[in-house]
Amino acid sequence: MPSPQSLFEKVWTAHTVKKLANGQTQLLIGTHLIHEVTSPQAFGMLRDLGLPVLMPHRTFATVDHIIPTNELVEPYKDSLAQAMMDEVRKNCAQFGITFFDRATGKQGIVHIVGPEQGITQPGTTIACGDSHTSTHGAFGAIAFGIGTSQVRDVLATQTMALGPLKVRRIEVNGRLRPGVYAKDVILHIIRQLGVNGGTGYAYEYAGSTFDGFTMEERMTVCNMSIEGGARVGYVNPDETTFAYLKGRPYSPTGPAWDAAVARWKSFASDPGAKYDDVVKIDAASIAPTVTWGINPGQGISIVENIPSPETATSADDKAGIIEALAYMKLPAGAPIKGTKIDVAFLGSCTNGRLSDFREVAKYLKGRKVAAGVKAIAVPGSQIVALQCEKEGIDKILSAAGFEWRAAGCSMCLAMNPDKLVGEQLCASSSNRNFKGRQGSPTGRTILMSPVMVAAAAVTGTVADAREVFTVN
Amino acid sequence: MALAKITSVTGRAVPVVGNDIDTDRIIPARFMKCVTFDGLGEFLFNDVRKDPKTGAITDHPLNQARYQGATILLSGANFGCGSSREHAPQAIQKYGFKAVIAESYAEIFFGNSTTLGMPCVTAAREDIAKIAAAVDANPQAEVTIDLVKLEVRFAEQTVKITQRESARDALVNGRWDAIGELLDGIPAVKETARKLPYLATA
Ligand code: SF4
Repeated sequence: MPSPQSLFEKVWTAHTVKKLANGQTQLLIGTHLIHEVTSPQAFGMLRDLGLPVLMPHRTFATVDHIIPTNELVEPYKDSLAQAMMDEVRKNCAQFGITFFDRATGKQGIVHIVGPEQGITQPGTTIACGDSHTSTHGAFGAIAFGIGTSQVRDVLATQTMALGPLKVRRIEVNGRLRPGVYAKDVILHIIRQLGVNGGTGYAYEYAGSTFDGFTMEERMTVCNMSIEGGARVGYVNPDETTFAYLKGRPYSPTGPAWDAAVARWKSFASDPGAKYDDVVKIDAASIAPTVTWGINPGQGISIVENIPSPETATSADDKAGIIEALAYMKLPAGAPIKGTKIDVAFLGSCTNGRLSDFREVAKYLKGRKVAAGVKAIAVPGSQIVALQCEKEGIDKILSAAGFEWRAAGCSMCLAMNPDKLVGEQLCASSSNRNFKGRQGSPTGRTILMSPVMVAAAAVTGTVADAREVFTVN
Repeated sequence: MALAKITSVTGRAVPVVGNDIDTDRIIPARFMKCVTFDGLGEFLFNDVRKDPKTGAITDHPLNQARYQGATILLSGANFGCGSSREHAPQAIQKYGFKAVIAESYAEIFFGNSTTLGMPCVTAAREDIAKIAAAVDANPQAEVTIDLVKLEVRFAEQTVKITQRESARDALVNGRWDAIGELLDGIPAVKETARKLPYLATA
């Protein structure tokens, strides 16, 4: 009997090509996803070296970061954005890469497109020049965000050089309280373990809470692993995973399906697998969580007060609080609830999926966005958009005062026309609250779940969605 | 592909203090609308080097006359956290930096920098403070990062540094860009792929 192993170890072993001279591993990357921002330079490097793409059928491209969500006709007003679009098209055509362009109806945020198409599968390795590639771990894949030189490596060799990671099992058990979502779970985890607590680790999320989660909820959590410093986050594949994948365009069919499921199951962590660390969290202890600072670990529950420098646990912590409060212009020690907002953003690869929009529509029906608040809702993919439109979700959101947009990253990082202005404060369902992240160098971001964004939108303040919508 | 063996870096240093300096701070996303990395250096730390409201030049260390020409960047813990954008280390390198000394690094940033042949070495906080104090007193002070002895020498002082062995080995032996070795492995890559059903068929 081989000793029990974690999914990470099994996938790593199955994809190991060889050891490199510096001790790293040459790791086979089965699936490569690319987008317009981090790939053009890699293709440039490939051309400089005169190299072909080794397995063009294993690379899939989309456009998400710069694509405008309020302008559907090309050429785009922003000529730089247009140039980047043209570059992706040219590169995909030249190297024979599948491109989910807008005309295919399958375009969207890269981390939404992969799962939606059934490209993201258990027991595989995935890389993408984007840090939130950890999202795909929800399927029991080992998925790495990589830099552009590594994008070049994967294009040219379908591999990259990497050292192994340790594995931390994060078990969340029990039922979440009403009004608490997957987003709160990951904000809570990052708050507890810190923004660099995961350095050197892969996070394995487990426990009864994860067992009960839908694939979309698992994706929300895995997505933000990187915000906790972990390179990779994953959930072991189970029946929920297989049910999600069944019938997707790139999923196996017929006898190949059964063989694939059997194989996928074999990758799940064995009982008794050894972990480098184990953390246990009680689901009932998690409340709706919001950030108050300038990194995703600076979070509190909606009923807590904003920390003050005096409560700091170390000199670093103190300096961090002072810097964050100065930037956020929030009063130390005061409740976060009631903080006035200017913008509400629903979308991103964290929370731009169908279940997110369904959930907010449930509560926004018949409600109105507060006067003076700019509210935008941006589906994560064309497929999400279409389904929302079929279900009338776009109408509910529009009637409430949200602008209903086309698919893309939009205000998550504002490389497109959607930007904060000046010191605007945004209630955002995205994943990063760094200084200047949403397009204005002084713009402010408070991260929260989509339903909390909806509550903020209708009250014009950071609010407890459980009170605003009488959730119980 | 013969690469330079990077055994040491010598130059003047500039302290950019603070922890958790993220990639959005290093190079704001709006400067990533580009299809090459050329010209990124100009926008390094843009939003803290120019007053966001007035556009006026701030007193950020990179703007200070005394630190012009520095090639070693000093910083705090968790440097380069945030996105995987290689635009961040590219901007640092294109600006003219050859190495970074900090307390710790975000994983992806560290790997990206190593691949570019830009050593990111780790030193204790108090030692970084000593280097910073020395260059503050004399910005012309010569600082040497020695990747063989794993120390930094400056102003007649020496402090210990650490670096992940795989990265150190790659730098000092001139194999920091793995592409050559990866290309050599292609027959083995195909062999490994054949054993994986999702890759075997095509
Ligand atoms: S939605 Fe935001 S975090 Fe996700 S890929 Fe786009 S820019 Fe990155």
